Amino acid sequence: MLTSAFSFTRLRAQFIKEVLSVLRDPRSRMVVFVPPILQLLVFAFAATLEVRNVDIAVYDQDAGRWSHELVQRLDSARFITHVRHVDSQQQLHELIDRGEVIAALAIPVDFSRSIAAGESGRAQVLVDGRRSNSGQITVAYLSTIAADVGAEVVPDAQAPTPVVVRHWFNPNLVYRWFIVPGLTGILALFSSLLITSLSIARERELGTFDQLLVSPTSTPEIIISKSLPALAIGTGLGLFMISAGVFLFGIPFTGSFALLLASLVLFIASVVGIGLMISAVSMTQQQAILGAFAIGVPAVLMSGFATPVENMPVVLQWLAQAIPLTHFLIIVEGSFLKAMPPGDILASLWPLAVIALATLTMATAFVRGRLQ
Amino acid sequence: MQASPAIAAVPAGAGEDAAIVIEDVDKHFGDVKALRGLSARIHYGRLTGLVGPDGAGKTTLMRILTGLLAPNAGHVTLAGYDVVKDNDAIHVASGYMPQRFGLYEDLSVMENMRLYAQLRGMDADRNADLFAELLDFTRLGPFTKRLAGKLSGGMKQKLGLACALMARPKVLLLDEPGVGVDPVSRQDLWRMVQALTDEGMAVVWSTAYLDEAERCESVLLLNQGQLLFDGPPQELTAQLEGRSFRLEDVGAERRAVLTQALDLPSVSDGVIQGAGVRVVLREGAQAEQLQALSDQARVELAQVPARFEDAFIDLLGGGPGGTSTLAERLPPVELGSDIAVSCRNLTKRFGEFTATDNVSFEVQKGEIFGLLGPNGAGKSTTFKMLCGLLKPTAGEAHVVGHDLRRATGAAKSRLGYMAQKFSLYGLLSVQQNLEISAGVYGLEGNTRRERIAEMIETFDLGDWLSATPDSLPLGHKQRLALACSLMHRPPVLFLDEPTSGVDPITRREFWTHINGLARKGVTIMVTTHFMDEAEYCDRVAMLSRAQLIALDTPDALKRSAVSPERPDPTMEDAFIHLVESADRELEAAT
Repeated sequence: MLTSAFSFTRLRAQFIKEVLSVLRDPRSRMVVFVPPILQLLVFAFAATLEVRNVDIAVYDQDAGRWSHELVQRLDSARFITHVRHVDSQQQLHELIDRGEVIAALAIPVDFSRSIAAGESGRAQVLVDGRRSNSGQITVAYLSTIAADVGAEVVPDAQAPTPVVVRHWFNPNLVYRWFIVPGLTGILALFSSLLITSLSIARERELGTFDQLLVSPTSTPEIIISKSLPALAIGTGLGLFMISAGVFLFGIPFTGSFALLLASLVLFIASVVGIGLMISAVSMTQQQAILGAFAIGVPAVLMSGFATPVENMPVVLQWLAQAIPLTHFLIIVEGSFLKAMPPGDILASLWPLAVIALATLTMATAFVRGRLQ
Repeated sequence: MQASPAIAAVPAGAGEDAAIVIEDVDKHFGDVKALRGLSARIHYGRLTGLVGPDGAGKTTLMRILTGLLAPNAGHVTLAGYDVVKDNDAIHVASGYMPQRFGLYEDLSVMENMRLYAQLRGMDADRNADLFAELLDFTRLGPFTKRLAGKLSGGMKQKLGLACALMARPKVLLLDEPGVGVDPVSRQDLWRMVQALTDEGMAVVWSTAYLDEAERCESVLLLNQGQLLFDGPPQELTAQLEGRSFRLEDVGAERRAVLTQALDLPSVSDGVIQGAGVRVVLREGAQAEQLQALSDQARVELAQVPARFEDAFIDLLGGGPGGTSTLAERLPPVELGSDIAVSCRNLTKRFGEFTATDNVSFEVQKGEIFGLLGPNGAGKSTTFKMLCGLLKPTAGEAHVVGHDLRRATGAAKSRLGYMAQKFSLYGLLSVQQNLEISAGVYGLEGNTRRERIAEMIETFDLGDWLSATPDSLPLGHKQRLALACSLMHRPPVLFLDEPTSGVDPITRREFWTHINGLARKGVTIMVTTHFMDEAEYCDRVAMLSRAQLIALDTPDALKRSAVSPERPDPTMEDAFIHLVESADRELEAAT
């Protein structure tokens, strides 16, 4: 009889169905193909912490040699698009109020005179606190420029050598070098999470899930047939992002590709388990999508992608250890820039294996639980 | 009557005017013509049935009448207002109850009513007497605090009705209020609507149940967007006078007799009614062939009054033939035992709530076994436990000798299942759907190819192989669903409200196959809301409040409801009688 607990014929039929469903469902297709391209463009080109293309207002009451020097340097600074000259403190405030400039420089009447007298020249910098992060970076840039002017005033001054900072692994602090490897994990996470969380919910809406449950198909077969396409697509996307990082952005890949691939597969397997759990409890696709985001967004925030895990309260740090992305980020970032040794990778790999085993087992239990 | 003039406030002297005037209305959605050149008048103080199968254009017409859709051509006036030009006035003059529950499930009954009152610009606090009246009228008084989402299907409809009546409309439009409502609740709705029309309100009741049409004073019969008939239903059925017959007490051979009857050239339509076979002759045909058939079967042939459904099928040119191409191909079912399905002390509890309480029965091989009951009586819970979709809390269920709990796989490979919604993969092609069903039942190689080819040929699906199921005509979609559930030739077939929302012709075709399967020894388990479908069953199990209250042949159940006022009760009468007497017993016991 056709009653064995496991049959490749049944598995194959369901696998084909899953692949076709993902590829033919406009919603799934969008989940698979749109975010990678969009996120690649958005994160890699638009999302950056550097400050560029800003306007600065200058209220120069001095018009002497040194104020002229300072303004000249601002004019030629690459991060500034326009230097807006104003004639009153009032106008200065207005420009900041309206958000037209991020910072304003007010140079007092006695600026050049003080310098000529051998004292230090003082100027006032007003920053738009509503854009605190960019504002602080702008202030830092402005201080550098002011320091350069100072160096010209006293060229032979034996100023104490400032601290020379050397950034390891990413010497120029290229923002993309940091963000693209992390994106690999996030993209793969969301794609496989959404594909799997839609899968059972879609069938439930159609009524075909009951049809599957009354057939001799066993729960492990359902789980496997629903996992494989998501696993393939998630891994494919991860590899796409990794190659984009290497070939498009020229990020040095220094680690072991084989180990990274193994971690990617385990990482996606654990996410697939979470996705199937969400799907098993969702009655509609809408609930499934909401569920996927309700789990996915906090997972990304706590994974160490945005803020270091070590900065979080201890309880949340424990929780972060249960998030597969936390471990995968360590591996993928390490593989790109740090040439992370296999021993260290394995230290993050085994938690992934444990999480994958746990989530897939729980997903099986959840699907079985629907039979109650 | 409980309705007071306050609810049904109709202007004096409006009695003779038409409440709704429809003139040459056309409506199309893209290439689909939903309504074609429709003209009709609907009167005050009358219950008008808007009758037709799914897709006939009933909902489109309803939405035009309420001003939610504008016709592409033609005019409609309601209570004297043009539905397009005086759109705002329409909403005041009419009450509309949409097909899908149009209320807020997360608000309580009272909160929903208050919300509707306020949406109508009424002060909810000042209208306490109106509220009391509506609650009394709908008998929802004891449930004011219950969330609307937790009400039963019938109670939801009553709440919808209460909200639609809030504005004291002159015209009440009810879009398929009988769908998903059991006969007991339906009876309640009829009572309320009757009270409203007595007060002078115009009520339009749209329905796909043709038996509901007979209860209306006037009927607009729609099919594919066209008006087939406009007038009192008796006028239509009168045209069929003398053409409806019943072969009485045919008994075990009734399915064979029905097949023979339907294959007679003089017969246009036929159905099973309990132990009898009901047939309708073609126009102008004589009863000789039928008489010969009844002589051969040695049963009595009696003339019976025509039904609205007979007239409808006749207008459409008659039902399908009686021979099932499917059943002809199947080998007879061989089982080790005569018992195909059985359950003993089957019980299911969800927390405190008992959905199925200690239900036991046995189903013979080749039997068509019906599960009936009001909404929430535990009919689908019981059904789901029998086909392995739910695990019983206590008791056991067997399918062809396999225990559903222990030998799940073995039991499941011996049963077929077809659900209400057809459960097809809408994004995949017809061919792929067939392949998947073959696959999940483990069919391989030649067997698989042969079975799929056989199903394509039997159900005439050859021209549709690369189409998606959603693009198929309803009849073909149903054939595909049946093909998928029969691919592995199960000896037991479970049908969960298989013909909900399906037109009468498609339903007849479906039952032709089911009758054919039963004759080959396939056991059929079916749940249904259609009382005339219950007549096809050999035996019917009636559930109420989680308990089995009756289990017998349809004829025996009908006999149990015989009373001086009702010498010849219908299946629906029997249903109501059984449920109500079970309720009375329960009340007497507590």
